[in-house]
Amino acid sequence: MNDLLGLYSYWIVIVLMMAGFYVVISSSNLIKKIAGLNIFQTSVFILYISMGKVDGGTAPIVVEGSSNAIYSNPLPHVLILTAIVVGVATTALALALVVRIKEAYGTVDEEAISESDNEL
Amino acid sequence: MTLATHYPILQVVIPLLAAPACVLLKNPRACWLLTMLVMLVSLGIAGQLVWQTSESGVISYAIGGWAAPWGIEYRVDALSSYVLLIITTIGALVLPFAARSVADEINIKMQYLFYAAFLLCYTGMLGITITGDAFNLFVFLEISSLSSYALVSLGKDRRALSAAFQYLIMGTLGATFYLIGIGLLYMMTGTLNMADLAERLPAVNESRTVLTALAFLTVGISLKLALFPLHSWLPNAYTYAPSAVSALLAGTATKVAAYVLLRVLFTIFGVDFVLGTMPVAEILIILGMAAILIGSMVAIFQENLKRLLAYSSIAQIGYIVVGISLGTVTGLTAGLVHLFNHAIIKSALFMAIGCIIYRLNSVLIGDIAGLGKRMPWTMAAFVAGGVSLIGVPLTAGFISKWYLVLAALDKGYWPIVVVVLAGSLMAVVYIWRIVETAYFKPYNGPASISEAPLTMLIPTWLLIMVNFYVGIDSSLTAGIASKAAAQLLGVSP
Amino acid sequence: MMLSPETAILASLFLPLAGGVGVLLTSNRPNLREAVTIVTSLLLLISVFSLLPTILDGGRPAVTLVEMLPGLSIAFKVEPLGMLFAGIASLLWPINSLYSIGYMRANNEKHQTRFYICFTIALSAAVGIAFSANLLTLFIFYEMLTLSTYPLVTHKGTDDAMTAGRTYLGILIGTSIGLLMPAIIWTWSVAGTTDFTAGGILDGKLQDALLGLMLLLYMFGIGKAALMPFHRWLPAAMVAPTPVSALLHAVAVVKAGVFSVVKIAVYIFGIDLLQAQPWTHWLLYAAGFTIITASLIALRQDNLKRRLAYSTISQLSYVILGVAILAPISAMGAALHIAAHAFGKITLFFAAGSIYTAAHKTEISQLDGIGKRMPWTMGAFAIGALSMIGVPPAAGFISKWYMLMGAFEADQIVAIGVIILSTLLNAAYFIPIIYAAFFKQESTESAQHPHGEAPLPIVLALSATAALTLLLFLFPQVPLELAREVVQP
Repeated sequence: MNDLLGLYSYWIVIVLMMAGFYVVISSSNLIKKIAGLNIFQTSVFILYISMGKVDGGTAPIVVEGSSNAIYSNPLPHVLILTAIVVGVATTALALALVVRIKEAYGTVDEEAISESDNEL
Repeated sequence: MTLATHYPILQVVIPLLAAPACVLLKNPRACWLLTMLVMLVSLGIAGQLVWQTSESGVISYAIGGWAAPWGIEYRVDALSSYVLLIITTIGALVLPFAARSVADEINIKMQYLFYAAFLLCYTGMLGITITGDAFNLFVFLEISSLSSYALVSLGKDRRALSAAFQYLIMGTLGATFYLIGIGLLYMMTGTLNMADLAERLPAVNESRTVLTALAFLTVGISLKLALFPLHSWLPNAYTYAPSAVSALLAGTATKVAAYVLLRVLFTIFGVDFVLGTMPVAEILIILGMAAILIGSMVAIFQENLKRLLAYSSIAQIGYIVVGISLGTVTGLTAGLVHLFNHAIIKSALFMAIGCIIYRLNSVLIGDIAGLGKRMPWTMAAFVAGGVSLIGVPLTAGFISKWYLVLAALDKGYWPIVVVVLAGSLMAVVYIWRIVETAYFKPYNGPASISEAPLTMLIPTWLLIMVNFYVGIDSSLTAGIASKAAAQLLGVSP
Repeated sequence: MMLSPETAILASLFLPLAGGVGVLLTSNRPNLREAVTIVTSLLLLISVFSLLPTILDGGRPAVTLVEMLPGLSIAFKVEPLGMLFAGIASLLWPINSLYSIGYMRANNEKHQTRFYICFTIALSAAVGIAFSANLLTLFIFYEMLTLSTYPLVTHKGTDDAMTAGRTYLGILIGTSIGLLMPAIIWTWSVAGTTDFTAGGILDGKLQDALLGLMLLLYMFGIGKAALMPFHRWLPAAMVAPTPVSALLHAVAVVKAGVFSVVKIAVYIFGIDLLQAQPWTHWLLYAAGFTIITASLIALRQDNLKRRLAYSTISQLSYVILGVAILAPISAMGAALHIAAHAFGKITLFFAAGSIYTAAHKTEISQLDGIGKRMPWTMGAFAIGALSMIGVPPAAGFISKWYMLMGAFEADQIVAIGVIILSTLLNAAYFIPIIYAAFFKQESTESAQHPHGEAPLPIVLALSATAALTLLLFLFPQVPLELAREVVQP
């Protein structure tokens, strides 16, 4: 039981991941799809950030005289900064595409889009 | 320190810097010229790297002087130099073709952006191939993916937009899966360097985290690879993208994904774990066989030529995956040889289609009736590429099939032999529909249609010549491929 | 000027291709174009026959072009059987070219340049098959032959021709990629070589059922040999213009098939191995079944070319039967039958085309009394038919004789029965044609459309091949010598 609760950060990750994934798959609104994708990515960000946590660790800043302090692992944080930037870029591109789709089709609903394509 | 020692970084940095330069230049012609220059330099560097690796073995390059595993390491071995050569060859031949095609298909105000995105996509793929760091690979993966979404959306048809969006969603899911897998591996080993990972993983092999990581990585890469049944993004993306983009992506994007699969399965996890302990091989072989059968079958019923080729690509990816998953030197050689062969064949075919679009503005099979007389060189190139897909001897496709069937026979996997050959026979059907229409039906299009311009024909034919060359003398491709295969499996060739 | 044997091999391969380029360059000037074809065919004849003395002296000249896969090269080596096949093809090509010119012009066929170019490629492929030193080379030229003859089959461009083309390509490519290619790769996998070697390369490598399976893959994989049930491409190919049917579908293509069958049986399996392994004896029954069934179907065809096509199917299986009897002397008969059938069948097709050109008749029931109007054509037809039946003084007699001798030697009652029964059937479907042509009254409708002989080139060509059929009976020494060297190296 302790394990299950002790690993609560992973539970959060899993719930967020599945929620995001579900939205991506089930929603036919393109904007909502993007939101779902963001939630999905965020869960991975949290996975990485929580991974760097070391019990009792402090920020990894070397101060004179505290050479034997325990530090959190900064590397996952740095990595995920990169991934966050990538995520932002992806979102921006996706939104730009949606704007173009709205201009071309007059709708952002996936089903309506495929319907109007089939009419051609 | 001579220039030669910096080739690995130059391979990536030159196109990366050229991309913003294109945005600054804005003039389409200047952008094209710059890109062309970059492509030729990259091809030269890739050739040098192939030569260096064959002379002196693996090249390791520490970025910024930070030694691995702390810094990011660029690592060129036989496999990566081989894939670099594929990418740069295709790039250098697609770009001359692109000049006319882009001018025709893309709004003049957007053309400089096309070249910038093209260069970024190219950079990303080269980076994926050259890096020895698993996280760095993710970054390059996203660079190439984001730019290819943009490239696909530049297609004339409005459906290009929804295709690009679909591609974006699937691609991002795939990349994120990859990211999760790498994160889990990092949790267990505390390293991101591939060679280092390979050393540390055996100690923690049994843990569920590692198994989960393997699952996430395989699924994520399969999405990028468009392995059946995760291929749904590919037909639309290839169909509605501008011709030059289809030619580039068909030749390189899925090949690079196959490269990543090889790296993860064989370099990071190791053949014993992946093929021995886990049923990865069985799963991939079954999916690959399904891809061959279903991809070829669906291709037969397509009316749109680009979509037909796209489904054929799905089938060809099946061949590559089956070869890889056999896990023997011959099997891997088959997969790798087909990696190269399919890259050149498919690029050439998409370029031939590009020529047709340039003149005819249509890609429907009904509209190419009698085109064999009007555009003899284009259609001849298409037929030459087509017979190579079938696997007729003296073409590159035959060599691939030979190795693949040989590998399957060596292992006694008869069903694979049957499926591979059935795939070839289905290729006969879908290629011959086109041949019949183009050569034996009366022409009924506009009278003004004539042969495509030379700047488009020459690159197409160069690829076709390469196709015949490696089909007649396979020592170049099969030689490097078998060396790379031996390196991956850790056996001496 | 004497060619060195190696040069002669390469010249025989590339001369037709060079001729094809020549045809392309002269496409606007029909007379010059046809001259190029004739000259090329004569040069090919010289270069192929310049190899004959060397081969008869026991020489086996070889050339290796490139190494295609590690250990596997595109290589050529002339041995007696290949010499025989190449000799037949190159001997008949000039005659056929003469005939083509008469036929194509008289019938105002379109796309003549394409026609002649495809012909040159097909001939080059046939020579390649004949001279191939290993299975890979054989396979390459085998596929080249299929692809180059496809445009000839669909020459007319009608829907019928397209459908026939699909059957043609579907069966030939289907069997070769689906069965022959895996068989070759399997051979390479177990034997480590694909070279044609006297005595075979599979001895000790495969046993029992697997060997039987391998033989199955090869025999049905070579769709060009038209073993039932993969025979349907041959009647389908009859939509092609008659010169194509004559040279390709009576000589080059089908002979490439049975030639490959014999070559694989002798040089890959080895007669001794086949004899020792009971699992391979099904071939005799398959061939016998094809002979009888195809003859029965031929009986019921009214279209002359279709009847000839089914006759070809049955005659091809004679060659396979000759091998399957597994006696050296019957294998000799098989090799000889390749030559005998080639001369006879091309004569028959020439005659069919001649009738079509002069009288525009395609059905057998229309031929009553035509012998009086076209004595040369029908005379030649009679000689060809006699050769098919196996009656002296035509060449078919000798080959059948050897096969029968072999069958007695090997105590193959089934084979003896098949040969005798099929001889009767052959007679039953050929004799009535000859009888009707010479002795029946012309129908009133035919009498209203009087016509004479076909144009001179056609008559010349068919007389030449009929004469060859007779000559082969009188002077069978050279082909017999070649055939003997195949079985007793």
